[in-house]
Amino acid sequence: MSEKEVAASGAVEIMEEKELTPKERLKIPPVKMPEQDPKERIRNVNEVPYGYDEELAKTEAMRCLQCKKAPCIKGCPVEIDIPAFVQFILEGKYRESINKIKETNILPAVCGRVCPQEEQCQMVCIVGKSLKSVEEAVQIGKLERFAADWEMEQGEVEMPEIKPPTGKKVAIVGSGPAGLTVAADVRKEGHEVTIFEALHKPGGVLMYGIPEFRLPKAIVMREVENLQKMGVDLRTNMVIGKIYSIDELFEEEYDAVFVGTGAGQPLFMRIPGENLNGVYSANEYLTRANLMQAYSFPETDTPIARSKNVAVFGGGNVAMDAARTALRLGADNVYLVYRRSRKEMPARIEEIEHAEEEGVQFYLLQNPVRFIGDEDGWVTAIECIKMELGEPDESGRRRPIPIKGSEFKIEVDTCIVAIGNASNPLVPNTTPDIATNKWGNVVADSETLKTSKEGVFAGGDIVLGAATVILAMGQGRKAAVAINEYLKTGEW
Amino acid sequence: MNKILEKEFITSDVFRMRVEAPEIARKRKAGQFIILRTCDEGERIPLTIADANAEEGWLELVVQIVGKTTKALSLLEAGDSLCDLVGPLGRPTHIELYGTVVIIGGGIGIAPSYPIVQAMKAAGNHMISILGGRTKELVIMEDKMRATSDRVVITTDDGTYGMKGLVTDALQRLIDEGVKIDLVVAIGPPIMMKFVSLMTKKYDIPTLVSLNTIMVDGTGMCGACRVSVGGETKFVCVDGPEFDGHKVDFDEMMKRLRMYEEHEKESMERFASK
Repeated sequence: MSEKEVAASGAVEIMEEKELTPKERLKIPPVKMPEQDPKERIRNVNEVPYGYDEELAKTEAMRCLQCKKAPCIKGCPVEIDIPAFVQFILEGKYRESINKIKETNILPAVCGRVCPQEEQCQMVCIVGKSLKSVEEAVQIGKLERFAADWEMEQGEVEMPEIKPPTGKKVAIVGSGPAGLTVAADVRKEGHEVTIFEALHKPGGVLMYGIPEFRLPKAIVMREVENLQKMGVDLRTNMVIGKIYSIDELFEEEYDAVFVGTGAGQPLFMRIPGENLNGVYSANEYLTRANLMQAYSFPETDTPIARSKNVAVFGGGNVAMDAARTALRLGADNVYLVYRRSRKEMPARIEEIEHAEEEGVQFYLLQNPVRFIGDEDGWVTAIECIKMELGEPDESGRRRPIPIKGSEFKIEVDTCIVAIGNASNPLVPNTTPDIATNKWGNVVADSETLKTSKEGVFAGGDIVLGAATVILAMGQGRKAAVAINEYLKTGEW
Repeated sequence: MNKILEKEFITSDVFRMRVEAPEIARKRKAGQFIILRTCDEGERIPLTIADANAEEGWLELVVQIVGKTTKALSLLEAGDSLCDLVGPLGRPTHIELYGTVVIIGGGIGIAPSYPIVQAMKAAGNHMISILGGRTKELVIMEDKMRATSDRVVITTDDGTYGMKGLVTDALQRLIDEGVKIDLVVAIGPPIMMKFVSLMTKKYDIPTLVSLNTIMVDGTGMCGACRVSVGGETKFVCVDGPEFDGHKVDFDEMMKRLRMYEEHEKESMERFASK
């Protein structure tokens, strides 16, 4: 027996001996996922955590108390039956485990990696509550990833049953997490489904935004291929709002349309010098690196700045992704400039920690006021001002206030603006009868995701503003239920 | 997959390519553009549409070889396919009856001028076309432009064809002749558009320019194409490609176009050595 097999049989033995008491379960420390060494990983784009093996997964699964009330289920935007899938892992029934997850989540390999579990299922986990630390909660996300990866390693993915054809057609605009979820749930009902994707590859933000080292693109492609095997038609290079309007999709005999076009419009800071060469939006930087694989230039054709000193502005996950990407592209120094303190950073703790481990230098309570350039139009420095925190603002976070006279400069050759995205205006602009709010987000009913236009549903970031993959999927699930109902009854 | 139907070289580094694209051919309007990739490792490059036929389902591109991707594109033959083609992108030219419209096409910029001349002519405008090139062979699409314009003026830098001089010299001559110009549309190298705009500003003639900046997605998602127009940042891909020439910061735009000069050179050399 290999070392691993011995260890795995050990875990099984413990289980078989006797049912553990809750007290014993609470004594097991959370199982860490092995990771690439920070010094190594900043020289490659491979995924940072390796994932659990069977032994580690079973040990972690043992920590679950199998609560009757299971608050974790309600904590999950797609309401995965978490205790059930965890129990299956403990029993070594991995096929049953992944099937349980897939009852409500079509992208488990993705969600297991990028969901903010610490704010959802793991936040309400009784284990974490008992141990008075959300970090001590059952590592539900890591277990989900284990089950999903196990299935992929088997090479055979079980296809859900597709009901007989209904003769109805649904158009899905955008192949991000919301659109993919709707596609699966609507297709299962027997409707014909076409996904229209503007870019040359499907996946939306999973493909262009989230870096390879957090979410390998092969996983996204596999999930999309599974949808295609279910009979979903995918049309890339189709910009809805340009090649066809929403009304034209109805003329093309689609019976319902789902708009999931995301929050892809980058916000800039509107400070002097922002159009200097070397100043990127995070969207552009990440799209070049991820979707266009600029990290392989010149083997691939899309260029990206070769940087020495990079400043990233923002404190969210996208800022962390951009900073960590810059390191992997060879930057000597990466400064993350954020105007509030670490506590207010919207990024996941894990992402902040990873960035720090890798050597990203945090410049907190500082804000850029202008970009300084040379005569050829290249950025050479940024001028920042120090901030202090005042009273809480509308977002509940303490408002940063500039400290007069505290300006200073940082020498940089590349800047990445990661202060957020607005919703993509292409569809709303060309479909005036779809109502939007003052931020340009599409207005949709929170339960049915119906828009103001009959037959048109919307969900994900185009409705939520820049949010998360799982919230987009949660809306996608609700929208699919409503679309299926609408196609059955014809009632709006 | 979009099949290439025809390809021919117009000069040693300019070629015309007819591509199967029935949906785009039906939908595109004057002033719009496409983005294509030639291979899976390829970059996305924006190209203007020189002509299209909705019935026959094709687009025509006129391309100048300037880098690796355009070089690779030039090596494809009829029967080959493009890896990706997306469009139509950008806002169409605003077509209405202005009166007399002067369209100025410089070099490869003559190609996207042609659909605009067609549309403006159809709207009842008196069309004067100024076609400029460094030398005779770079004055392309002359027959098509003559067939749709009321008057054509040709300029070459070296005097090998038409009047010797720049397109601005031809424009100055029209103004001196007393032609009442209601709109100028200039498409060509940034430096040409800059000087046309400076001249028309002096005479208070409304001027549109069509910008061809660096882009990635072409749908407003990345901001690579941003330009300053009247002090405001605009995205060429979704707010343009046409802007008021009197408001565009051409100097900034020209600097931004050089952002990847080193990469482009390296990529081209690597490709040539293969």
